[in-house]
Amino acid sequence: MTKLLSVRDLRVGFGNDSKANEVVKGVSFDLASGETLAIVGESGSGKSVTALSINRLVDFGGGRITGGSIVLTRADGTAFDVTGSKEAALRQIRGRDVGMIFQEPMTSLNPVHTIGDQIAEAVRLNSGLRSDAARKAALDVLDRVRIPDAKSRMDYYPHQLSGGMRQRVMIAMALVASPRLLIADEPTTALDVTVQAQILALLAELRAETGMAMIFITHDIGLVAGIADRIMVMQHGVVVEQDETSNVLDNPQHEYTQHLLRAVPHFASGNAVRTDGERVPAREPVVKVDDLVVRFPVGGGWLKPKGAIHAVDGVSFDLVAGETLAIVGESGSGKSTTARAILGLVDKQRGDIAATTGRSKRPIQMVFQDPFASLNPRLDVEALMAEPAIANGQKHDKALRERMAFLLDKVGLPEDALKRYPHQFSGGQRQRLCIARALMLNPDVVVLDEAVSALDVSVQAKVLDLLIDLQHEFRLAYLFISHDMAVVERIAHRVAVMYAGQIVEIGDAKAVLASPQHSYTKRLIAAVPAIERRKQHFAVDVTQVPSLVRPAGYEPPDARWREAGSDHRVRHEDTP
Amino acid sequence: MNYLAQRLLTFPLILLGVSVLVFVSIRMIPGSQITAMLGTEAGMLTAAQREALAAYFGIDQPVWTQYFRWLAGLFQGDLGVSTIYARPVLNVILERFPLTLQLALMSMTIALCIGLPLGVFAATRNERPSDLIVRILAMLGQSTPNFVIGILLIYFLSVFFGIVPAMGTFTPLTVDPLASFGQLFWPAVTLGFAFAASVTRISRSAMLDVLSDDYIRTARSKGASSMSVIWRHALPNALIPVVTLSGVEFGYLLGGAVIVEQIFALPGLGRLVLDAITQRDYALVQGTVLFIAFNFLIVNLLVDLAYAALDPRIRIGGRK
Repeated sequence: MTKLLSVRDLRVGFGNDSKANEVVKGVSFDLASGETLAIVGESGSGKSVTALSINRLVDFGGGRITGGSIVLTRADGTAFDVTGSKEAALRQIRGRDVGMIFQEPMTSLNPVHTIGDQIAEAVRLNSGLRSDAARKAALDVLDRVRIPDAKSRMDYYPHQLSGGMRQRVMIAMALVASPRLLIADEPTTALDVTVQAQILALLAELRAETGMAMIFITHDIGLVAGIADRIMVMQHGVVVEQDETSNVLDNPQHEYTQHLLRAVPHFASGNAVRTDGERVPAREPVVKVDDLVVRFPVGGGWLKPKGAIHAVDGVSFDLVAGETLAIVGESGSGKSTTARAILGLVDKQRGDIAATTGRSKRPIQMVFQDPFASLNPRLDVEALMAEPAIANGQKHDKALRERMAFLLDKVGLPEDALKRYPHQFSGGQRQRLCIARALMLNPDVVVLDEAVSALDVSVQAKVLDLLIDLQHEFRLAYLFISHDMAVVERIAHRVAVMYAGQIVEIGDAKAVLASPQHSYTKRLIAAVPAIERRKQHFAVDVTQVPSLVRPAGYEPPDARWREAGSDHRVRHEDTP
Repeated sequence: MNYLAQRLLTFPLILLGVSVLVFVSIRMIPGSQITAMLGTEAGMLTAAQREALAAYFGIDQPVWTQYFRWLAGLFQGDLGVSTIYARPVLNVILERFPLTLQLALMSMTIALCIGLPLGVFAATRNERPSDLIVRILAMLGQSTPNFVIGILLIYFLSVFFGIVPAMGTFTPLTVDPLASFGQLFWPAVTLGFAFAASVTRISRSAMLDVLSDDYIRTARSKGASSMSVIWRHALPNALIPVVTLSGVEFGYLLGGAVIVEQIFALPGLGRLVLDAITQRDYALVQGTVLFIAFNFLIVNLLVDLAYAALDPRIRIGGRK
């Protein structure tokens, strides 16, 4: 194998004094052509900055290479000095030698140009082909990334495509110039788990077809098992371990790698579910949801909508004290809308939501996904935590402050946190704050909408432990919305699987996760990446989530259910 | 199309509201139409003469009767008769409007031709000396009142270059295009100066926003040149705020530019409104204000159509 890329003692800094603010502190690695290297690390480890230095896109984000060298071997065998080259020369390798795909397919495509034009532009820039020939090449590459009906999709704008489709377009755009190195910066992090599996399968297939080398950046060490030849683990800007994939996974040397591997929520197919909290069917539920329907009108004129998005269509479940019900499903399945409807944040068309007002007048509270966006940056912690109480008519008095201090202590934050502002906390600490705030009114039920999804894996594990402790102490019922099966397995007593606005399977967590009955649940569970299943390969599949837009007046046929166990119900699949 | 129809349906409602407001507020200003018209001679009128005149103009009736009479006329295309000019209000307005429209269009063209490139340039030079100079210029342009610029312009042109802008009667485009452009050029520059400054500032900040977007990084990763990144990938995405601002400013300009018209002695809509108000020419005030409001609505509609043209997300809507 010939050497493609050689990085030596790379240092990258940011800001005016880039030497003092280094985020990459001496990274070295080699990459042979056709080889795949995975760079693994948590946010702030410098993994993305390292990758962006290889085509010097880091310059545009305010970064400066302060030391070291990057040498790329070009197709004709000449060595190209990346660190010492000027912008004009760097443009020659971007696209042509080094292609790149990014984390956010939603924002990485230009919204004002059709996808056909954007791909054709990459062709024109890198192969010299002109208009018709460029469009022909764009169409070919769309076929290669298995976009169904590629010809008509050429004239689509990015917003008309789903996240998975957009990521395919990104891949097509990077591939069309036949780069010899593809850098994939967290390419599946923003995608649903089944889509993630498809994109990974696609990348593996395309790599085999083209023989290109790949650098795969991810925070999820569980994900790289099936795709990488080598793994490089980064922490705080330095490489802590670098070896063959199997060596790193089976025999990690560095403490941090071991920690990462332990922290990855392993999905154990239902064998690691919680064993506390036996469900007692006779107990009165704290929340009972019956035939919940939420629809959003679309199209049509002033008076008469043409149809409606059936976001939630006839969802029923109940929740008893001390129990966690997880709702799993992909984006657009209606799980967040269900949560919001229960809190009255969206209007429901139909259905009953009965909550027992036990300890509090407001028995249901919520914790949101993004701890950065859900805390007002202008308020200090005391004001933030007092807010739900004041909104509920309580006075901001000594008793309230005592409760704040008590809850801060419970979620593991120091008492002096009260006078600090949200930006002074890390992501995990902020989520603890959000949890403490949700507990201010002493609720019976806490709705957690993807509450740990935005956190790094090791932080995620700690927050999950905290949630379990709080559940025991206060006998809280959790409605836990998540797309992450491994997280669900750790916290759920029961699981409800949502697909296209409906629950397709519900029951005891062990039963649902270990022996899924519905075809969608099976698909969802099969797509969960796992280190143990690294040899397993997925066929590329192009099924899309069905449209939820229905004509006005449409009612779905009555659901028919089948009992698959004592607490395990499955929806019959003949109803669409 | 549906959207367009909905918008057009709201027009009459808005115009009706505007007309009621103007009708009532102009009558709340102290002083009467008859006194304003006759000047000192008004003092010699007997009570009977005054009443006769009031009856002649219809202003002896209750305000609401007057309003409905006026409204009835409006539906027949009759905006009433101006007391200053003793001619139909609509004719007076339409005579003044070409100048105002041409002046507004010329000012906007100047503003966009200068402001947009300057703003884009400053954004690509963010925080460097050239960006700072552009920002200072823009700040100066926005904060200098246009009568200062107009007067300085006339002074320098006449004293140092011997150019005296043509004043008084307006030469329309249809009569002599060159003379017409020449006459309005300096007033347009005066108005365009502050306008250009606003365009510069807003296009600079919009471009700065867009240049940090993910798809710009994508374009660079494809090997696109900085020219292509700026003009093909960034600018179309940065135009929406520029269009919004230009629409609002253009709408104001269509209402006439009182001070600049005064300085350059141009018979535009602005001076017409001013004269109408000071002379209590009720019908003329009513007519011009309604006309200006109508122009504003049309401009807003054009702005919305421009949004749709610029952004496929607005044009096409959700997923197919």
